[in-house]
Amino acid sequence: MMALRRAGGRLLIPKRAFSTSLESVEKPQKDGKMLNLFSAINQALHIALETDPRAYVFGEDVGFGGVFRCTTGLADRFGRNRVFNTPLCEQGIAGFAIGLAAMGNRAIAEIQFADYIYPAFDQIVNEAAKFRYRSGGQFNCGGLTIRSPYGAVGHGGHYHSQSPEAFFCHVPGLKVVIPRSPRQAKGLLLACIRDPNPVVFFEPKWLYRLAVEEVPEEDYMLPLSQAEVIRQGNDITLVGWGAQLQVLEHACDAAAKDGISCELIDLRTLIPWDKETVEASVRKTGRLLVSHEAPVTGGFGAEISSSIIERCFLRLEAPVARVCGLDTPFPLVYEPFYMPTQNKVLDAIKATVNY
Amino acid sequence: MAPSCGTGNHPSSLIPRLFIRRLGSIKAGESLSQECDDSNFQVLDFPGGKVNFSSELRFLSESPLERISCYRVLDDYGQIISASNFQQVRKEIALKMYSDMVTLQTMDTIFYEAQRQGRISFYVTTIGEEAINIASAAALSIDDIVIPQYREPGVLLWRGFTLQEFANHNFGNKYDSGKGRQMPVHYGCNKLNYFTVSSTIATQIPHAVGVAFALKMDKKNACAITYFGDGGTSEGDFHAALNFAAVMEVPVIFFCRNNGWAISTPTTEQFRSDGAVIRGQAYGIRSIRVDGNDALAVYNAVHAAREMAISECRPILVEALTYRAGHHSTSDDSTKYRPLDEIEHWRTARDPVSRYRKWIEGNGWWNDEVELNLRSNVRKELLQAIQAAEKTEKPALAELFTDVYDQVPSNLREQEKLLRETIKEHPGDYPPDVPV
Repeated sequence: MMALRRAGGRLLIPKRAFSTSLESVEKPQKDGKMLNLFSAINQALHIALETDPRAYVFGEDVGFGGVFRCTTGLADRFGRNRVFNTPLCEQGIAGFAIGLAAMGNRAIAEIQFADYIYPAFDQIVNEAAKFRYRSGGQFNCGGLTIRSPYGAVGHGGHYHSQSPEAFFCHVPGLKVVIPRSPRQAKGLLLACIRDPNPVVFFEPKWLYRLAVEEVPEEDYMLPLSQAEVIRQGNDITLVGWGAQLQVLEHACDAAAKDGISCELIDLRTLIPWDKETVEASVRKTGRLLVSHEAPVTGGFGAEISSSIIERCFLRLEAPVARVCGLDTPFPLVYEPFYMPTQNKVLDAIKATVNY
Repeated sequence: MAPSCGTGNHPSSLIPRLFIRRLGSIKAGESLSQECDDSNFQVLDFPGGKVNFSSELRFLSESPLERISCYRVLDDYGQIISASNFQQVRKEIALKMYSDMVTLQTMDTIFYEAQRQGRISFYVTTIGEEAINIASAAALSIDDIVIPQYREPGVLLWRGFTLQEFANHNFGNKYDSGKGRQMPVHYGCNKLNYFTVSSTIATQIPHAVGVAFALKMDKKNACAITYFGDGGTSEGDFHAALNFAAVMEVPVIFFCRNNGWAISTPTTEQFRSDGAVIRGQAYGIRSIRVDGNDALAVYNAVHAAREMAISECRPILVEALTYRAGHHSTSDDSTKYRPLDEIEHWRTARDPVSRYRKWIEGNGWWNDEVELNLRSNVRKELLQAIQAAEKTEKPALAELFTDVYDQVPSNLREQEKLLRETIKEHPGDYPPDVPV
């Protein structure tokens, strides 16, 4: 398993163009350097450790820098007491992290791939999520942040491609956050680490190297539970998160050529999610499309769709469209068929607008 | 296969043949002394230390020839076994230990009855494990962090949780520190360094490693202690925790209450190892087996474990052999799966409380009159506590929505609003003792 995991980090990532045109509402105060996503994560971790002596970073292989290089240089800078390898055991990592966080520390744990988070599921769902509630507020593990790379990477097959966010969105007490770009990743990760609740932070591994944008060097946070309207439009609202935002943006561009004006929303925090921003947008456009890589059935898109129908039923001009992964295990050679691609999105946009 | 092979008279043909082949190879020219001289040939330098080579095809035995022995201080009659090495317990501590064991027994009797009368929904007794509860607690300091399972309320009692606090929790009233959200016996108390109980088995064990790591980083003169049963050692979290603790070298005591039964599953159907204690060594953890029904032995073992854990920054595994003399919980009838005379034997001949009483009586510290007074006072105090707890109203409805997150998010505010409207429409659907 280790060999596979390492290979997953080392292999070349197929080309997937990144557009820097996604304008952030929260513009950085100062200009930063051009950084890719793993370097932005790395910078956030440096800042987290620098600004809080009670912060710790650990997980499988994080000591030498991590299979995706997100923890590069941390052990040298902050020492092996604060940045360290753990045994290969996800339930152990999560359980250990909960205990550490419960003692008033910031426990920043890495699960090497989201595909391997399931052994830790019990710890995250039954322990971390309920820690504060079940104690009547006497104890909490709010300092816990679990980082994990998720999603398609072009060659990852069943076990290096999954998007398990919906499982965690069904758990009161957790926050689930997924960034779309380097600048977002840094600001959101710092916000998650400092948030007084346990957070699962999924990082789009396809973008680790491919996504490059200007990232402010200073310490900054982006708000949780606030969606971001990254493109204004009038005909249809598109909602997504993480790597899928790129696909949606390209679909917006293509739709624009056909005279369709799309409003694009990055949800950023999946729970507790910003229903109001999505609702306001759909009230304006009258149409909604939700898109994610995870299988469509039971995906978080279903929750968004349902909530918006409840709130905007009379305003909707067409059924809510979902363009998502298929209800199969994530397939290797069929990945291009499985994925919610730009043209699948574009077709759904047209169908919805012309309903 | 026999535990040690190469005896030559083993019925299997495999071992004698290999044995002969080995002898044959020596005949073929290599002398044993030559092999010994060639140290490179004898030793493999391998991560973790040097490993000797051997030309003998020999498997490690699946079990040691003898079971790991069990440390005890008091014999069955409450007499100190001559030559036993132990830490003398001061009279004041010794008497508090006894008084808390009696209190725990009384709590069990009265809460169990209250459940049977339908006044509380659920209960778990600690009967048979009073010495483990109280003596281990007595050997710790209040700064040590307790990460319990659910059969260690005695630790909390020792630390000063009041009978009223126990009752408030079991009745889930507005003074319950857990705000009535969990089933009875899921106690927790921040000020007494006692983590809140959850029903899940073994999930608390890795938490103790994280807690111990935090204590080590903060250079605290304290350790973490976590309790679990024999069944819990089959869970992955047990393995995860012991392995993490050994690798991270943290001050944690893993306390296994091997009481013979995981609900209806006996240890013979739980594992093939010699209990839990033997597994410590495989993880690189110092371990001891102790008579869980001997309060002085438990006290001494935990006292020594604590010293080592803190001064040497290392995990220690303690396995206490005992017996769950009560049912698993009020939802269980253990006579369905185990013989009555077995239960009776442990309840009488092996009862840890009466054994310990013989010792304090032998010291001239105790007599029947003090005993009667104690039992009657505890009973009275507990009945009053239960009455008061029962009369106290439940936590307010608003508390249903707090503590999910540090602040109530908008979806929960919306749900609370809806629920309140529903309650107005159908007040009869909801319990009247929860203030809306």
